[in-house]
Amino acid sequence: MKRSIIEIKDLHKSFNSFQVLQGVDLDIKRGETITILGGSGTGKSVLLKLIAGLEKPDEGEIRIDNRNIVPLKEDDLVPIRRKIGMLFQGAALFDSLSTGENVAYPIREHFRVTEGEIQRIVREKLRMVGLEGIEEKMPAELSGGMKKRVGLARAIAIDPEIILYDEPTTGLDPANTQRINQLIVELQRILKVTSIVVTHDLDSAYQVTDQLALLYQGRIAMTGTKEEFEASAIQEVRDFIAKKIVE
Amino acid sequence: MQGPITPIIQRIRSALIYAGGAAKLLFEAISCGIRPPYQLGAIVREIELIGIQSLTVVNVIALFTGMVLALQTAYALSRFGAKGFIGVVVAISLVREIGPVFAGIMVGGRVGSGIAAEIGSMKVTEQIDAIRVMGANPVKKLVVPKLIATVISLPLLTIVADILGIIGGLLISVMELQVNSYYYFTTILENISLQDVASGVGKTFFFGLIIAIIGCYQGMTTTGGTVGVGRSTTTAVVVISILILVSDFFLTKLFLML
Repeated sequence: MKRSIIEIKDLHKSFNSFQVLQGVDLDIKRGETITILGGSGTGKSVLLKLIAGLEKPDEGEIRIDNRNIVPLKEDDLVPIRRKIGMLFQGAALFDSLSTGENVAYPIREHFRVTEGEIQRIVREKLRMVGLEGIEEKMPAELSGGMKKRVGLARAIAIDPEIILYDEPTTGLDPANTQRINQLIVELQRILKVTSIVVTHDLDSAYQVTDQLALLYQGRIAMTGTKEEFEASAIQEVRDFIAKKIVE
Repeated sequence: MQGPITPIIQRIRSALIYAGGAAKLLFEAISCGIRPPYQLGAIVREIELIGIQSLTVVNVIALFTGMVLALQTAYALSRFGAKGFIGVVVAISLVREIGPVFAGIMVGGRVGSGIAAEIGSMKVTEQIDAIRVMGANPVKKLVVPKLIATVISLPLLTIVADILGIIGGLLISVMELQVNSYYYFTTILENISLQDVASGVGKTFFFGLIIAIIGCYQGMTTTGGTVGVGRSTTTAVVVISILILVSDFFLTKLFLML
């Protein structure tokens, strides 16, 4: 049986007086791709940011490789973040840096390698997302889909063990949505990483993942495979599949 | 029930939270800044953006301020038959007070708003989060170079502004008021002391600190998308201007005591 890489226990998070997460429990196995589903504003992205250590929970535990990251200070989180790559909703590319420098950024932060080696890795990662030869372009010159793919190349630049995808297909046209979904599957196959995808798009979730989890009213309403979701008797799951939950 | 005093208490509370947040950022920046690596390349780039690119606006304003100051001073001094002392009055006003404050407010408007807008845009587009996820410290990467560059640039800009202001005063004195240029400079050199220059330039280190920290703090705390960036930019300029003028009073008192 596969070992857990991320264990979340009784996670609570609120902003001002608004309770977003109210006791999330989730167990993610090494090498697994899990998609966290839920309507807008249910706290999916918040959960992802908590896993990345970008936010602190009010209560609960987040264990990555059996180490609780909640009490860790920013400097102590660096070795944990060495294991994590994250694709942000809007790609979050640095406007002042070229595409190549964006991809090189995490390599420069985490490793002491030669400039030639950095450039080789940048070229390789851009090739993996189908964007070879655009190192010199600035982010402003790229389309929305290309930005997401560069963001993905940056996320995998340091060969992370965990990749976090925050709404990877939001705002993209159908062709680019399909391309990003294929890339997630392909990277999973090649890199054998643990992937956590957050989305409200059920069709994308079915394409990219083997495990699904539905976040509803601050808790995980169900985790299971596509088939288990389709056959579920839980009302919230049935409503989400019927696209009734929008929140 | 909300009494009439409640909004005032809330205002004071917000101001204290703001001051605490900015002070915490300054402390964090100093603590990051003294540890290697020192990012000399980024600091030089910021000096170019903050210092060199502010030269034109500061110079134009300093020149015309010196000219206006000469006109007004001549108007006042001529009543006492002391028009010949125009040079020293213009120089002392500029060097001790007007040069540092005008340079501070001009750089505060131009650079403080720019810093708030740049970091604020990065905040709302999750670039700050991206820096953190990639294992870097946004304070070290963004705040420290801007802080060092502003603290270095503003005193230098002020010195240039002081010189240009004095030249502006000279132009008016010679062309409009028939004051001899030799006499103009002689009265300045005889009456202006190193302490006058030091007290003016000394203030600008603090003004530079205010400009950089408030700009960065506003940027780092931006929320609410592009509207939030606009709001942060405006607030940064207002807070910087107020703080420069208020701190100027206390710094002037301090330097007079030294």
